[in-house]
Amino acid sequence: MDGQNGIPRALVIGAGIAGMQAALDIANAGFEVVLVERQPSIGGHMLQLSETFPTLDCAQCILTPRTVEVGQHPRIRLYTYAEVDRVEGKAGRFRVRIRRLPAYVNWDLCTGCGLCQEKCPAKTSSEFEGGVGLRKAIYTLSPQAVPKKPVIDPASCIYFLRGKCRACEKLCPTKAIDFEQRETFVEEEVGAIVVATGFDLYPSAELGEYGAGKIPDVLTGLQFERLLSASGPTAGQILRPSDGRIPKEVVFIQCVRSRDPERGVPYCSRICCMYTAKHATLYKHRVPDGQAYIFYIDIRSAGKNYEEFIRRAMEEDGVLYIRGKVSRVFAQDGKVVVWGADTLSGRPVEIAADLVVLATALVPDPDAHRLAEVLGLELDADGFFREQEANLRPMETDRPGIFLAGAAQSPKDIPDAVAQAGGAAAKVLTLFRKWGGGGPSGR
Amino acid sequence: MVVPYFPGCTLSTKAQGMDRSARASLRALGLELQELPEWNCCGAAFPLTTDDLRLAGAVRNLVQTAALGQDRLLVLCSTCYNVTKRANRVMGEDGARRERINFFIEADYDGRVEVVHLLDFLRDEIGFEMLREKVVRPLEGLRLAAYYGCYLLRPAEEIALDDPENPHLFEDFLSALGVEPVEYPHRGECCGSYLALGAPEVALESSYRILSTARASGAEAIVTSCPLCHYNLDRPQQEMAVRYGGFHPLPVFYITQILGVALGLDTGDFGFEKHYVDPRPLLERIPVAAAIY
Repeated sequence: MDGQNGIPRALVIGAGIAGMQAALDIANAGFEVVLVERQPSIGGHMLQLSETFPTLDCAQCILTPRTVEVGQHPRIRLYTYAEVDRVEGKAGRFRVRIRRLPAYVNWDLCTGCGLCQEKCPAKTSSEFEGGVGLRKAIYTLSPQAVPKKPVIDPASCIYFLRGKCRACEKLCPTKAIDFEQRETFVEEEVGAIVVATGFDLYPSAELGEYGAGKIPDVLTGLQFERLLSASGPTAGQILRPSDGRIPKEVVFIQCVRSRDPERGVPYCSRICCMYTAKHATLYKHRVPDGQAYIFYIDIRSAGKNYEEFIRRAMEEDGVLYIRGKVSRVFAQDGKVVVWGADTLSGRPVEIAADLVVLATALVPDPDAHRLAEVLGLELDADGFFREQEANLRPMETDRPGIFLAGAAQSPKDIPDAVAQAGGAAAKVLTLFRKWGGGGPSGR
Repeated sequence: MVVPYFPGCTLSTKAQGMDRSARASLRALGLELQELPEWNCCGAAFPLTTDDLRLAGAVRNLVQTAALGQDRLLVLCSTCYNVTKRANRVMGEDGARRERINFFIEADYDGRVEVVHLLDFLRDEIGFEMLREKVVRPLEGLRLAAYYGCYLLRPAEEIALDDPENPHLFEDFLSALGVEPVEYPHRGECCGSYLALGAPEVALESSYRILSTARASGAEAIVTSCPLCHYNLDRPQQEMAVRYGGFHPLPVFYITQILGVALGLDTGDFGFEKHYVDPRPLLERIPVAAAIY
């Protein structure tokens, strides 16, 4: 692009921690950013977490200043509940079409008072709570949502299902409800793109031997995270979904479909060793007379203060680490029985637990295939976005002007996702500097 | 319709009740089982195979099937089914081994015969809905536990009969007979298999778990299609009654016996008298069919 002019304006796809970091870095350098998020509000998976490792910071407390900054930034144009539909052109001038999903709420009129959510009579399982909590048919992801504007889910809305109700419409003080809303498209022009679409979790329905989805007291790590969260469905109390009792024996299983080329994914999901240690630690802090067991293949704690964090779980919180895999989990007499192997002693292990938590593999976002096609990018064998070169060009793609950030490229924890996002932003700014000559101050 | 059928050694000796109930039941469904001419032992121990010689027996049976001009072989015994299906897969997919085995048994076989079990055969050939209509003695109120064991499910990619972690084919079959299938955790766990010979303690423990959890889940009997599982689950109940306090015996049916009962057949030669835990008192609860074939 040397010697050519490009539009010093960036598109960031995905507003999780990586996308927000990239957007803020570019915007704070003085350039405009178009930030597109599929969910109704920004923050991504991090907003679902209770605490973060290795510091045990409250995730929402450190994240909400960021979401607010993104939401109010004069140089960030935010499209939530939207997806990138078409991209044409090349580095310097991409023409981007964005599909805005119908929220059935006129966000220009909505003040975010929350009355509609309070009065909506339809309840359904909440995706944000990982299925362990409920939401209304008109909802925001969380009380701290940015933007604090609700959407109506036609799959659970009584009006959409049965043609009657419209309670929200009657109650809305600003007449913002609009059942006639349709999807709309907007066009934007940008010079560079950052892909930060993050990850998903391996589907629970395919974890038969662990009883996931069948036994109520078998949870995924993300569901357990919601139980730990002060803003979660139990207000931070650890209670068994089946009977609401405090579990006294909890078994955590690592590498559920990670490092399992036959049945799951071949790669290490990288965050499970750490968050499982965090889960066990937080469990012990809340239930001091309880016992936590962790089944592991080996412990991967390569990160600043990570190994110390694991040691603290073992030594100070008495978490029992068992090296081996679990072959079967089943319900029996009100317990969740775990069969596994202790491969250090070479003996089978059976634990009658109250609760089982599965550290399921991180997998690429299910929309990655479509988006890769839209962007003309390649995915790697595992379905993550392929970087141009693994060692020296981890943020670049094969298409000039399109960069990668966070777990869209490979599984990452928060510090690594943030670091790569900052790097991707720097790559974008390098291009802008080239195109603009003197940069924003000189224009 | 004539269906080529491989009984195998056990169904011709210790598990004759399974063989007889199979022939009678399928006849009642309008299907004639044609015993494979000059069949031989399937080899029985595919998992222990270290050279291709062990596969030769199963392949020879498949060659016999193909020689009849048939493209399908019904195998009822779980072990024979597992071994024959896996040997067939080798012949279909592994060129080098196919060539060696063909050379050894002087054949030219390419895996073209489909190896089917009673469960998928009934599902695909007759359909469980149609089967339900043919039932003249619905086993209503009978709570039975389907026991898959290992051989019907694993290795998943080679057998591919059902999801090994969450199977439902066996339960679907039982439902068609009017049974209320019982959900219990160990329907796909190993019964102990040949450990019954080398380490009977381990086999006993394994079988006890299966029986006790099935019973705790409300089962009144177990149903299996494996003579080896039957051996491990039925006979040692004598020993279990001594060893485990509060143990209650649980009859173990062959899948074909329970099919025959539901079809209202005369069960006189089904071999119930050879079971250690007599299943007949349980069957007395089921009203006898209004019409008998």
